[in-house]
Amino acid sequence: MTERHDNAVNNLKEIVDSIYNHMRLGEIPTMELSTRSKKNIEFDPKKSVWTYGDMKTQRTAKTVTGATMMLRTACTVQFIEDMIKSNKSSTLREMYYISEGWGHGKFNSQDESNLLAEDLEIMSGCMREDFKLRPEEDGARVMGDFTLTEMTKKGERRKINCLEDVGESGYGVPYNVEKENVQFQGGNAKFIVAVETGGMFDRLVENGFCEEHNALLVHLKGQPARSTRRFIKRLNSEMGMPTVVFTDGDPWSFRIYASIAYGAIKTAHISDYLATPTAQFVGITASDILNYDLPTDSLSDKDIGALNSELSDPRFRDEFWISEIQAMLDMKKKSEQQALAKYGLDFVTDTYLPEKLTNMGIL
Amino acid sequence: MGSDEKKRMAVPTANILASKQKEISITEFFEKNKQILGFDSKSKSLLMGVKEAVDNALDACEEADILPDVFVRVERLEDDEYRMVIEDNGPGIVKKMMPNVFGRLLYGSRFHALRQSRGQQGIGISATIMFGNISTGKPARVQSKIEGEDSVAWGMDIVIDTKTNRPIVTNEEPFTWEGKGSGTRIEYYTKGRYITGKQSIFEYLKNTAIVNPHAKITFVDPDNKTFVFERATDTMPEKSKEIKPHPEGLEIGELQKMTQSTQQKTVRAFLINDFSRVTARIADEILKETGIKPDRKPSGLSRDDCRDIIKAIGNVKIMAPQTDCLSPIGDTLIKKGLMHVLDGMRPEYYAPPVTRAPKAVNGNPFTVEVGIVYGGDIPAEGQVTILRFANRVPLLYQAGACAITKAVSDVDWRRYGLEQRGGKGVPFGPAIILVHVASTKVFFTSEGKEAIADLPEITEEIGLALKLCGRNLKSHLRKRERREHTRAKFEIVQVILPELAKKTAEFLSKPVPDLDLTISKIMNVVWIEPGVDAKKKLRKITYSVFNYTRSERSFRIHAQLPKEAVNLTLFSDSHFVEMNDEGKVAWDVKDLAPAAHTTISFELTGDMADVFSPDDVYISGINPVIVMGADPLPGDWGIKGIEVTEIDSEEEPVEEEEEEEETQEVLEDD
Repeated sequence: MTERHDNAVNNLKEIVDSIYNHMRLGEIPTMELSTRSKKNIEFDPKKSVWTYGDMKTQRTAKTVTGATMMLRTACTVQFIEDMIKSNKSSTLREMYYISEGWGHGKFNSQDESNLLAEDLEIMSGCMREDFKLRPEEDGARVMGDFTLTEMTKKGERRKINCLEDVGESGYGVPYNVEKENVQFQGGNAKFIVAVETGGMFDRLVENGFCEEHNALLVHLKGQPARSTRRFIKRLNSEMGMPTVVFTDGDPWSFRIYASIAYGAIKTAHISDYLATPTAQFVGITASDILNYDLPTDSLSDKDIGALNSELSDPRFRDEFWISEIQAMLDMKKKSEQQALAKYGLDFVTDTYLPEKLTNMGIL
Repeated sequence: MGSDEKKRMAVPTANILASKQKEISITEFFEKNKQILGFDSKSKSLLMGVKEAVDNALDACEEADILPDVFVRVERLEDDEYRMVIEDNGPGIVKKMMPNVFGRLLYGSRFHALRQSRGQQGIGISATIMFGNISTGKPARVQSKIEGEDSVAWGMDIVIDTKTNRPIVTNEEPFTWEGKGSGTRIEYYTKGRYITGKQSIFEYLKNTAIVNPHAKITFVDPDNKTFVFERATDTMPEKSKEIKPHPEGLEIGELQKMTQSTQQKTVRAFLINDFSRVTARIADEILKETGIKPDRKPSGLSRDDCRDIIKAIGNVKIMAPQTDCLSPIGDTLIKKGLMHVLDGMRPEYYAPPVTRAPKAVNGNPFTVEVGIVYGGDIPAEGQVTILRFANRVPLLYQAGACAITKAVSDVDWRRYGLEQRGGKGVPFGPAIILVHVASTKVFFTSEGKEAIADLPEITEEIGLALKLCGRNLKSHLRKRERREHTRAKFEIVQVILPELAKKTAEFLSKPVPDLDLTISKIMNVVWIEPGVDAKKKLRKITYSVFNYTRSERSFRIHAQLPKEAVNLTLFSDSHFVEMNDEGKVAWDVKDLAPAAHTTISFELTGDMADVFSPDDVYISGINPVIVMGADPLPGDWGIKGIEVTEIDSEEEPVEEEEEEEETQEVLEDD
């Protein structure tokens, strides 16, 4: 058991102890944790990321939901302790299935088990990874001239160059990207381009964008997994690599950018660990749609709702985003990254990205 | 055409008309007035026949104090021809009278009696037989047997001579009716169309069974499928008495007729003896006001005199009509009947039926009864079903024109837990509403007697009864909601918390904590949970009583049980205190310690066992706010005869803090 795991077990024990003591003293068990909604997101100027504010949600055993959550908490903590003791790990999905045997503490959906894992992080101040719980989703693909070492199953550090030593699909980011597993060495790649869609990632690879501009491409696969965000964060802060985010031009893509740059609302308790505050948004912006006269789709009702919701999201409360969101609402249009192909397959690498990146001072 | 010509033509035209008039027979009259008599459509003709015969059978049985056993068979022959059989176990008809009862229109004693009966609602069984004669050319076969040493039954074929309105009898013969004490059987052929659905014979018989729980009705349909509506109770409805007319609302023509036919020698005696509720003092008052001499002969009264008398009646205070001429079904039997017939739908709730005190309209006493059935498998989508009854006879046609439908539509059902667009119209939801109007004379919209006339007095009474019953429904729905709430808490303290205590203790290697104090803080109520274990005719009822408060509690529990259904188990329960002659029972719970619980149990057996609803339980001697599962004892509990209890201002017991909503609005970005 490492010190980190030791610490995690102790902190989790305290949570259970508190529930137990309430009952021993004849009180109604309660738990308090930060309210996890956009109303309770505050900017932390020291770390330049968004974290939870002071609003607290109380969970009480007076309600069925509250009481059930506490029972689940106790069961989950027990499960985590057992895993750590026996040096095993499990996916969140496996935990969801294991909970079948927890009587009334069983999870009714995987969402519930995911949420509870995050609750435990918030209450214990530890990380899910410390609990030996790993997410189901695999991490991103990486391509570019950059060398790192990764611990193999046999306990050896293997050196990997993310351009030379990998196939077409690139280097796959593991779920544990901490130093004990992944260490950076460096290479010709000077900056990171985080790309939302696989199609665009492959286009940039095929067009030789990495080599030509010394870029490290990271495929986000939609909403980036925690390990992907942590990976980018470490590259950015440890290797000083500037980071840009290149997504579709729609409200959901804006949120992808926000989760990388500002921190996600659900994981605001570990924003300083996951977020890359200096990451910049390349596009597609609403202005790109106009300036490059891109093919568009109409905004759906859901899209409009998402944009409006972003207007009341404190993370988007700056001049750039308010004007971008407003512009998109006004034109009622959205566009995809691959719409740039309107001007040919090379347009994105020959014209669009060089233009935008030069303006941003990256190239 | 000039006026001279007209005069010239007048005589021959009259002659021609006169000759034609001779030819207008009863057949023709019947043919022309089919819709008035209810034979206007083929499907309705079949129903009308069954209705006449069944109504007669039930009336006759009631009169003779016999529990009715009615058999109906509809057999499809060829084309639209049907053979209909209706048999009862009534008192039977003496042979001499059979031809007249079945073979003569408008023959009978009921037309002159002022009392509640079913049979006043149709043209009579003879019309059915005549319609059969006319449409198929075949006679009706009638058989009847009366009780007595002379155990011979008589059968005969009857055809109605439409010219003379006289029966033609053939094949008259005595026979031995094996296994029959007494009764009547009619078999006739008729044209018609057999339908299923809302206006079907099946529906008619089913609804008849609901309001006549003392009757057993067997029905064999054209597909030879047999349906039996078993008898739900052996209690006969109370017999209604004949009364003299009440002077209120009397019409002048009727009064004039009475002055001619009366046996009384003087006007004063006429008023006192031929009317109900007219005392010597009232008669004198009336006569004084009109200036008519008390000793005048009634037959000598002029039309003006009669008008004066009617005017005077309006100015004199006369007691409301007596009500023993009415035979309401009563709340218990309405519930019983509904349960018996509708239990296949497993309704969740039978609202205690409401029987209103009798009122009078136009001198005719009437009363209104309402029952509501809710939930279970009753379809929730669509409008509620309204079952309409007049003098225990189902009304299947012309719902839209009926005072009952109007009264239902006028109630704002949203207040009573049903959906209704704009608070008007027939409500929506999983409910069946039964309305029964009983009267010595039911006022119908037309001769077809299919819809009750919208007289303000009647519609208003129906409305009041509906609202009272609706309140019962609402209170049930509120109770249910509260109970669901409580059940959630019960799950916390009974299941989740003990698991939590065990789990945490195990994890921390510490002793399992005692939860009593925590539990009492979460609940802070005395909890009464009813349980039912039903086996056929035996229902075991238990009340589990938990004290989830922090003090010792003593209180009394009350419920009204069907007296005839209790057995010794009631009295042997240690909590039992007393039962009065209304079946109101009290149990005492003494010094119930915090976290302790106790159980009250008893059995109900027999016919009336299922009438009791275990949720109808009350408490006294404790602050009702800390009790869940029972209502405070109504203030009129001890007062006999008042059945309607309203507890509208129920306080929500104990605090209910809902968990702060843990909605994560923007969680989608991870």
